[in-house]
This record gives sequence, structure tokens and C-alpha cells, in this order.
Amino acid sequence: MNTMKIARYQLRDVMRSRWVLVYGVFFLLMTDALFRFGGSGERVILSLMNVVLIAIPLVAVVLGTMYLYGSREFTELLLSQPVRRRSLFLGLFVGLGLPLSLAFVLGTGLPFWAHGGMAEGGAGPLLLLLGTGVGLTLIFASLAFLVALSTEDRIKGLGYSLGIWVFFTVVFNGLVLLAIYMFADYPMEQPVIALSLLNPVDLGRILLLLSFDISALMGFTGAVFRRFFGSGLGQSVALGALGLWLVVPFLLGLRTFNRKNF
Amino acid sequence: MGMIRIQNLSKRYGRLQVLDNLEMEMAQGRCTAILGPNGAGKTTLVKSILGLVRPESGQITVDGEVVNGGPEYRRAIGYMPQIARYPENLTAREIIQMIRDLRGNPKETDESLIHDLQVESELDKPFRTLSGGNRQKVSAVLAFLFRPRILFLDEPTSGLDPVTSSVLKDRILRERDAGRTIVLTSHVMSEVEELADTVVYLLEGRIHFQESVADLIGSSGEMNLERAIARRITARVVA
Repeated sequence: MNTMKIARYQLRDVMRSRWVLVYGVFFLLMTDALFRFGGSGERVILSLMNVVLIAIPLVAVVLGTMYLYGSREFTELLLSQPVRRRSLFLGLFVGLGLPLSLAFVLGTGLPFWAHGGMAEGGAGPLLLLLGTGVGLTLIFASLAFLVALSTEDRIKGLGYSLGIWVFFTVVFNGLVLLAIYMFADYPMEQPVIALSLLNPVDLGRILLLLSFDISALMGFTGAVFRRFFGSGLGQSVALGALGLWLVVPFLLGLRTFNRKNF
Repeated sequence: MGMIRIQNLSKRYGRLQVLDNLEMEMAQGRCTAILGPNGAGKTTLVKSILGLVRPESGQITVDGEVVNGGPEYRRAIGYMPQIARYPENLTAREIIQMIRDLRGNPKETDESLIHDLQVESELDKPFRTLSGGNRQKVSAVLAFLFRPRILFLDEPTSGLDPVTSSVLKDRILRERDAGRTIVLTSHVMSEVEELADTVVYLLEGRIHFQESVADLIGSSGEMNLERAIARRITARVVA
């Protein structure tokens, strides 16, 4: 398969670059420090959750955009070989998504293992945290690919990518709160649920908090989610919506790649 | 083998008509130079043949096979791009091996350019540390490696020193004499004069003129290609 051949070399290139190492070490030091200060595995996971929800989208969307712009000339060379565009797109995606996910999983998982965080019944929540982090990595890498493929101007593209991150991590919640405030006299449960499906970061938070069952940190959307669906169904809905976020931007990116004039 | 035929090829970017109903052939065993001012459509034409650009209308056939019908026709093509920016942390040897893998590791490859261009000592360094000239040499090695029937060379000697530039030009002429089809773009007219049999001059997406190098120089009464082309263009404008 040409996809795997391309991915193998791209992976090697990305693995040797300094920023993936820095990214992995960042999680390693962070998790280790949280264990040393806080102690139990569960509390470490809760503290890590906010880092995961904010740092991963930022790194994935920014590095993804830069990676695709940086591969532009090489992409052209590879496309002049007997290679299908679909194989190349997949190869590029795996070549970025895999090392980023690995850096996160190892950087977070190793300290857990070293400090025995999994022995206290922490394995399940940890796996969920790692899974959500990998999901967000791939979602935001897809969005980055989509932006970089649709915008020729690299500075503009990077600006859009940062805009996407700011929107989903900061602006979006502000807008939801504003809507709730403005329509305070109306029943807001269903609109709020619909809104939160539109934000992968929010979905990640809801998924994690429903599973850890901590109402105090759930926020409005999480609380509504639990009341409306109950914890079990709520998790499934959040997971399904995250799955859609994984598939739709990826397919849009593939479509753009297939039609693009290089 | 190695015939490229282009029929009614049109491409526009927004309002800009880059290629306008272009009609031409690139003959086997000949070196065709595509010339023209910036924005005349040279790159778009070459990229359309490579399948990198999707034209609006028209048809390109390479040895009778229609472009856009799949990637297999590119097995016959070697491409040397103008800018060689490849993965920074891979070595040139790894990049060459990657392209080999993608082509299914054919046995009969031609590595003689590695030696002839004196790039052996650079092969195991990370690509980001290579100078512009050495990157260009790696590009040349890749383009000739699989003994392609058709070669696209975009400014092949830019950034090369006189010695390696001569080596590469000799190689291009030998390939042409061996019956390969060569398509060349260059801003150095002495190089075009040395290498090309035919000149296609593009202007605003159309063929302004297409003529053999010998006829161009002979009919103009000028001493070299650069002056012959300059005279040809200004004559048209005055007329």
C-alpha cells in the first residue's frame, strides 16, 4: 500500500523533528509534576483534563497547518509519481497524526505507570482521557489540513487555524452563555444540547465529566446533557458526535485534496 | 513512445485565463522548450500534464493514455521541479529510497548521476543541511533514476556550478538522442539554445509562436536565440 509507504517516511521525518519531542516531554513533565504535588491518579486525571482540552487542539491545529504547508513542494513531487491522491492524503495524515498521538499517549501514560496511578482504579479513566486526547488530535489535524488546503496564503492559513482554536476553546462558550442569558425566559435545554454538539472541545469535556461523574465541574452544557440523556446515553451521544467530527472534516479535506490545483 | 498530445486545453484561476484553448504536441526524441514571460502559463501547462493541475476542459494524452484516468501513466515520467524542498529530517538517501518504494523498487534504475554530479558525500546528511545546489542535484538524480521515457525539467541548472551544470546538460542531450521526450523550461536562453530542438513561446495562455531553434535563429538574421526571440516578439508587437 502506497499510503503506508508514504506514512512510514513522513513518520520518520516528524519523529526526528524537535517539536514532537518537546510536545511529548511537556506532557511527561506535567503529569509527573501533578503526581508529585497532588498524589492520587484520579486527581491527576482531572487536572490533566483541562490541559488536554486546551493544549491538544492548539498544538494539533497549528502544527498540522505548518506541516501541510511545509510539505507542499514534496507533495508535488510525490504526485508526479505513480501515486493516487487518496493514498498520499492518507499517508500525510497518518504521518502527522500518529507521532502526535504517540507523543501525547507516552508522555501522559509513562508517568502514570511509573507512579502506579493505574493501581488505584485509574486505568479506565486514564484510557478515556488518552482516547479523548487522541480523538481531539485527529479532529484538529483534519481541520488544519482542511484550512491549509483551502488557503494558498500561509500566514492567512495559520491565522484561520488559530482562529478555529480560539473559537472552540474560548469564544464558543461565551456565545452559549450569552444565548442562555438572552433567552433566559425560554426553555434552553434542547438548543444548548444542539449547540454543544457543534463543538468538539465541549464534547470532549462532557464525555470525560460524565464518565468521572463530577457534577461540580460539569458546567451548564454538561449538566444539561446529563439531565437530558442520563449519564450512559449522554456518553454515547457525545462519543457519536465526536466520531462525526472525526469523519466529516477528514472527508472534506480529502475532497479538497482530490480537486486541488497544486 | 513518449508522445504528448494536448488538445483544446483550458484552465482559469478565477477571472484569470491561464491556458486558453491550447493545442500542441511534444514529439518523441525531441527536446521542447516552453518559454514565455511570468504568468504566461508555462508552469500550469507542465503541471496539467503531470496531473497536478486539473484543467477545465481539453484533453491531454501521454502515449495515447488520457491524463486523469489514473496515476499509472506517470511511471513513464521523470520530473525535476524548480524548487527542491523535501522532508527536512530525512536524508537524501532516504528520500530516494522512498520514491523507489513508491515505484515498487524496480531493478533497472540508473544511479550514474549520483556519481557524475558528485553528490555521493551528501546522501547521508539531513536534507535541511544541504545547499541549494546539492538539493538540485538530488532532484536531478530522482528525475533520471527510473529511466523515464519523458522528462520534465523545470529550470534544471539553476543553482548548479558550471561543472555539474555541464554534466547535467550533456546527460539531457544523451537522453534525447536515446529517444526520450524532454520538456524544458528555463530563463537562460543560451541553455535553451544548447538543449532544445523546438521552442514554444506562450503568451497569456496561448501559443505565441512555435518553431525550431534553427529556423528561429536562421530566419531572424540574429546571432543567437535570445536576440532572435527578442526580435520575433517586438516584430509582432510593431506589426
